[in-house]
Amino acid sequence: MLTLDRQVVDAIVAHARRDHPDEACGIVVGPVGSDRAERVVEMTNALRSMTQYEFEPAEQRKVYRELDDRDEEVVVVYHSHTATEAYPSRTDVRHASQPQAHYVLVSTRDPDDAELRSFRIVDDVVTEEEVRIAG
Amino acid sequence: MAIDVRIPTILRQYTGGAKQVEAKGDSLGALIDDLDATHPGLKGRLVTDEGTLHRFVNVYVNDEDVRFTGALDTTLSDGDEVTILPAVAGG
Repeated sequence: MLTLDRQVVDAIVAHARRDHPDEACGIVVGPVGSDRAERVVEMTNALRSMTQYEFEPAEQRKVYRELDDRDEEVVVVYHSHTATEAYPSRTDVRHASQPQAHYVLVSTRDPDDAELRSFRIVDDVVTEEEVRIAG
Repeated sequence: MAIDVRIPTILRQYTGGAKQVEAKGDSLGALIDDLDATHPGLKGRLVTDEGTLHRFVNVYVNDEDVRFTGALDTTLSDGDEVTILPAVAGG
């Protein structure tokens, strides 16, 4: 199960809406070992694509360095699907290399109703988990 | 010759939890061999059976992405800093 504060959910959805119709991507970080998704960090989609995303490498290097210095780690990796459901694509599964992360997908295909779901992806196996929204 | 290597969270199981370790080598490939000697298993997470860098990792020497500087053949000098990060991508 993944617990997210309402404001974290709102920030992810707002980012996805802003970048629509391109895919938006980012992370939610928290203290090392806590599994608490506390702070949203928007990342640049280097591919600026409607169907793919990749963290911009130089930005990622800088952001991850700051996480290390603050004793924080990546708890959630999120990205949007802009024309399909919030479920990991084959490409998502192939690239998922962080078994400890919650992979959050948000779909912006419906302009009025954003769909947000969370998954674990371990050894190419996708397992959906419940998202509890607090606050 | 001492090179500082920044280890990402997902690989710290090989370094006893250390964020940063020191290693030796005059190329990235040699450095990874040296890392694997002190932290067995690390090389397998970085280099494929075909001997190329794994697609799941991005490696930097100082500010330079090694994909543009010769990958495992990238030369290293005393005082360089190597950063290993997970590549984050999807569709």
